Amino acid sequence: MIEVQGVSHQIGKTPILSDITLRLPKGKLTALIGPNGAGKSTLLSLTGRLMALQAGQIRVDGSDIGTTDTRALAKQMAILSQSNPLGSRLRVRELVSFGRWPHHQGRPGPRDAELVKQALEDMDLTALADRFLDALSGGQRQRSFIAMTLAQGADWLLLDEPLAALDMAHARGVMARLAGLRDAGRSIVVVLHDINHAAVWADHIVAMKSGRIAAEGPPAQVCTAEVLGAIYDMDLQVMQVEGKPLVLHHL
Amino acid sequence: MDRRFTLLSLALTAACAAYLFWGLGASWQFVLSLRTGKLAGMLLVGAAVAVATVLFQTVSRNRILTPQIMGFDALYILMQTALVASLGLSGFAGLAAPVKFTVEVVIMIAASLVLFGTLLGRAGQDVARLILTGVILGVLFRSAAGFLARLLDPNAFAVVQYASFASFARVNTDLLPIAALLTCGAIGLALWVAPRLDVLALGRPIAISLGLAHDRLMLLALALVAVLVSVATALVGPIAFFGLIVAGLAHEAAGTHRHARLLPMAMLIAGILLVGGQTLFERALGLQSTLSVVIEFVGGLFFLWLLLRGRIR
Repeated sequence: MIEVQGVSHQIGKTPILSDITLRLPKGKLTALIGPNGAGKSTLLSLTGRLMALQAGQIRVDGSDIGTTDTRALAKQMAILSQSNPLGSRLRVRELVSFGRWPHHQGRPGPRDAELVKQALEDMDLTALADRFLDALSGGQRQRSFIAMTLAQGADWLLLDEPLAALDMAHARGVMARLAGLRDAGRSIVVVLHDINHAAVWADHIVAMKSGRIAAEGPPAQVCTAEVLGAIYDMDLQVMQVEGKPLVLHHL
Repeated sequence: MDRRFTLLSLALTAACAAYLFWGLGASWQFVLSLRTGKLAGMLLVGAAVAVATVLFQTVSRNRILTPQIMGFDALYILMQTALVASLGLSGFAGLAAPVKFTVEVVIMIAASLVLFGTLLGRAGQDVARLILTGVILGVLFRSAAGFLARLLDPNAFAVVQYASFASFARVNTDLLPIAALLTCGAIGLALWVAPRLDVLALGRPIAISLGLAHDRLMLLALALVAVLVSVATALVGPIAFFGLIVAGLAHEAAGTHRHARLLPMAMLIAGILLVGGQTLFERALGLQSTLSVVIEFVGGLFFLWLLLRGRIR
């Protein structure tokens, strides 16, 4: 379980997060939703120790992220942020191989090669494995980064908008793959902008607005016209299709 | 893969042999000992500049920057001038070379960590801002050094002037032992952390997700750059574009992102260019101390070519 306790954050004098207390369930696929600037990415970055905590405490399966050795944390938790500018010119396979680094520290073994191959297959990248990343489309790059995160083999996966730049087929493919990982016992936290992906695939939804938790619960509870309408300040309709909520936000 | 490595090693050995033994003449013992000192100096400078540039490009995640473009060597010259200005010529000359040099290196490390550490931390993502700030800092350091130099008496000015122009023919051999010690230590450390540098090059978020102590390694790399640039500048004076050629060629020749291979490759290439070039100029063409000018000219062209090819990343 990830426990967030009394976390506040500000950049300059602008408050980004105000006193957030939250528990993210283990073994579930949790979606973080909310309008732009709600603080979703900040919360995810703080949890993944990409930014220093200013106030409060975050624990991942009991280990305090402020005091636990960062190498040990890398085996517990993998985080992928929105933009990843690389310093070196890498092939897809090389990038994905770096996912195994926390386990071999520069000396890969046969088991590492196997897991890298598996991650490449899972993200439909085998045919592109020897291409350079700068010769790929945005979506293909995105899939390469997700594959690297998968190869890391951590219990917790924190992904910031993994579906950005993906086409319909690959977006669904990634969500299905994440659901598969959840079924295999991993815990996943994902920032999503497409509310319908959250409604269909997530077990638990955390909705944020202006640096606070606006709603929390299973999709059926959060994805209603009243709750979502209040969070996004817009009129929308919610239908039920095959027992899942379908949000009509574009009409 | 390894054939390139062998070829480059052979080329370096050949260049060294040619430099040492070509046209020895009658008083060969004297000439040989003189040449050995210079050769050692050139190899040290080459290795130091090569490793410093590759490290700096990795830390800044940018393939056209060198520590010199960012004003590292200007900082060193400023410190030299400040020392002469504050201690006076006799005080400056009275300092034992190794002691003075060690103190200078320590100051360089502290100054560069404060200046460039904060700079890379904040503006690391923004290449344009990084380059502009570096250029401005370089100009600031050079102007400050120039201002101090104007306050000096002519004799002291001549000493500063001597330290501020690159010459591979006039290696400062007094400093060789301490320079060798520092360079080998810094390079050894760089090779030891080479696998971690590969991860550092992936950018801060990914490096942290993979469990690398990113900020600490970045500061270590910057400290190593400061040591190596101090050594190179102290031995032969400031050289701006040499590192750029070396790092560019090393990336082409190594064909990999792995620092464990990139760093030795860069050192070999730097050695070949310096020793080979110096042999050619001193022996074959009978010219004195023009190699630095040619290297800067070719390096400048290479810099423009990189800019025009759009390889700023």
